[in-house]
Amino acid sequence: MSAVTLGKAITQGLRDALAADAKVLVFGEDVGRLGGVFRITDGLQRDFGEDRVFDTPLAESAIIGIAVGLALRGFRAVPEIQFDGFIYPAFEQIVSHVAKYENRSGLPLPITIRVPFGGNIGAIEHHSESPEAYFAHTAGLKVVAPARPSDAYGLLRTAIAGDDPVIFFEPKARYYLKEEMDLPVPPLPLGRARVAREGTAVTVVAYGPMVETALRAAEAAAEEGTSVEVIDLRSLAPLDVETLVTSVRKTHRAVVVHEAPVFCGFGAEVAARLSHDAFDSLEAPVIRLGGLNVPYPPSRFEKLYLPDADRILQAVDESVAYG
Amino acid sequence: MAEKPLAADGLSPQQLLDLYRKMVIIRRADQEALNLQRQGELGLWGQFLGQEATQVGATVAMESTDWIVPSYREFGMAMCRGIDPGEMLGYFRGLTHGPWDPRRYRFLPFTISVATQVPHAVGFAMGCRLDGSREVVLCVFGDGATSEGDWHEAMNFAGVFQAPVVFLCQNNQWAISVPLRRQTAGSIAERAQGYGFAGVRIDGNDVLAVFSAVRSAADRARRGEGPSLIEAVTYRMGAHTSADDPTRYRLDSDLAPWSSRDPIETYAAWLRSQALLDEGQADSIDAEAEGMAEAMRGKLRRLPLPSPAASLFDRVYHDPPASFLKEREEFEATLEPVE
Repeated sequence: MSAVTLGKAITQGLRDALAADAKVLVFGEDVGRLGGVFRITDGLQRDFGEDRVFDTPLAESAIIGIAVGLALRGFRAVPEIQFDGFIYPAFEQIVSHVAKYENRSGLPLPITIRVPFGGNIGAIEHHSESPEAYFAHTAGLKVVAPARPSDAYGLLRTAIAGDDPVIFFEPKARYYLKEEMDLPVPPLPLGRARVAREGTAVTVVAYGPMVETALRAAEAAAEEGTSVEVIDLRSLAPLDVETLVTSVRKTHRAVVVHEAPVFCGFGAEVAARLSHDAFDSLEAPVIRLGGLNVPYPPSRFEKLYLPDADRILQAVDESVAYG
Repeated sequence: MAEKPLAADGLSPQQLLDLYRKMVIIRRADQEALNLQRQGELGLWGQFLGQEATQVGATVAMESTDWIVPSYREFGMAMCRGIDPGEMLGYFRGLTHGPWDPRRYRFLPFTISVATQVPHAVGFAMGCRLDGSREVVLCVFGDGATSEGDWHEAMNFAGVFQAPVVFLCQNNQWAISVPLRRQTAGSIAERAQGYGFAGVRIDGNDVLAVFSAVRSAADRARRGEGPSLIEAVTYRMGAHTSADDPTRYRLDSDLAPWSSRDPIETYAAWLRSQALLDEGQADSIDAEAEGMAEAMRGKLRRLPLPSPAASLFDRVYHDPPASFLKEREEFEATLEPVE
């Protein structure tokens, strides 16, 4: 066992996928010689060559567009979108083609789009966004957002080896989060949430960067005598409703938290599903926590915009106090 | 007069006649499909009247192992690839988004979103190159597509990666109601220079010119000499689609010069001058086209309505999640039992 960061786990996942299947191609802006702006593709071009790990012109729509063509040709495309806020030029390719091409062709579309996402890194505009709900809303896509290194590795291997397109959101603020592990870990099926911490009084549902925040909140709540269960969704589409319902049948209360704005955010789906499937178990309304309904703010203000452990604890208290 | 053009070199009399035959047949299919739309059998039809030379010349110029990436007006090209026209009309009847197997015919699905297929063609061609294959991709789009960002991005990628792709612009001079002068102030063909490869403007109503330009561009791509752009100047003689009314934006007099340059009539005149087409052959081709139209009409009317659950759910995921399969079951349970 050794301490592996989330970033290194993803690098190793890409490396092992490239080694396992000659059809795997990694490409995007600066992923080759530089190894990516976050160094996630570090050393891959050196070891696998410029045909399989390559820099592209600076054009997100074409990066995804050629991924479609390469996938139709029989390759397993693993394009990188450099930052969350730069995925929008590729939105049409993703929604109109990546998500729908199988529907009109019957052909597999093995594309894994890696996207570093989320804030809390003190960045300038467009570098801290959480666009996951746009994609989770689109039939034909699978959407994952791991929170810890072993899951990032396991989900990435499954995504690349699978025949469906996957949007793979990497919590960039957690690239240095460590976990004691031995790589490789087995591939992890998509669509399975995990109980990140067991508890009895309130369920906090999170994914990606907010899982770590939720765990810190749970630790603080425990010191005050409140037992918080933390669910790490890992996968948004498909969504593991069963694990959510099982938890709420035990705790009777739920808070869902993400960095994206609350309005029409992914938490709305979680709240609605729990309200329907676990209505009789709930003793409080499902509380949604997220970013404010404003553009992602200048970095000096991001701590006010993003949910933190304190806001999660307030929501936990509100839930417990209800009824 | 009637000098044999250079482009005809290398084509046998039979092949030259077959270009005519194909143009006549796809025009008859186009007319029949429009009729079927008017009769309520199709939801929509996009005519390609006047563009037969470009569609036939380009398709025939490619090898059968090459790939074609179309927009939505390339029904004639698809027919030249052997896809059953009656089956294809299922698309316009609202039965399916994908009526043929793209791998079998090496003809990718129609793309409605303008220019979005161009990067697909480039990626596919990059894949051909990575495979060490001699296959080439023919990517087809209209003049309107050249205004889209995806078109530019794809051209640029093709140049950078030296992708074995032939870009064919069917410049029919109209994007619904907007004429070419509102799409671009410059030349489409000359833009290729900016991407580092050759561009050429040709007469898209001359089937031999199209054949020759596409064949030489495909040969260059096959030799590893990268992409080419061909601007085939033609004219959309019909409406944008059956839902369009061109009398609102263009005059009959706009059509007149192009009527006299009809691609089939001009080619037929040349074939006759070369004694490559006689009345008996022309009649026999007309009869074949009539038979095709009848078969197409019959096939369309016999197309079964696919099962709703299969149509809606079966080609969304290759590996469908359990929750999705449950939704499929719930949907199926809401359907009336089949009598």
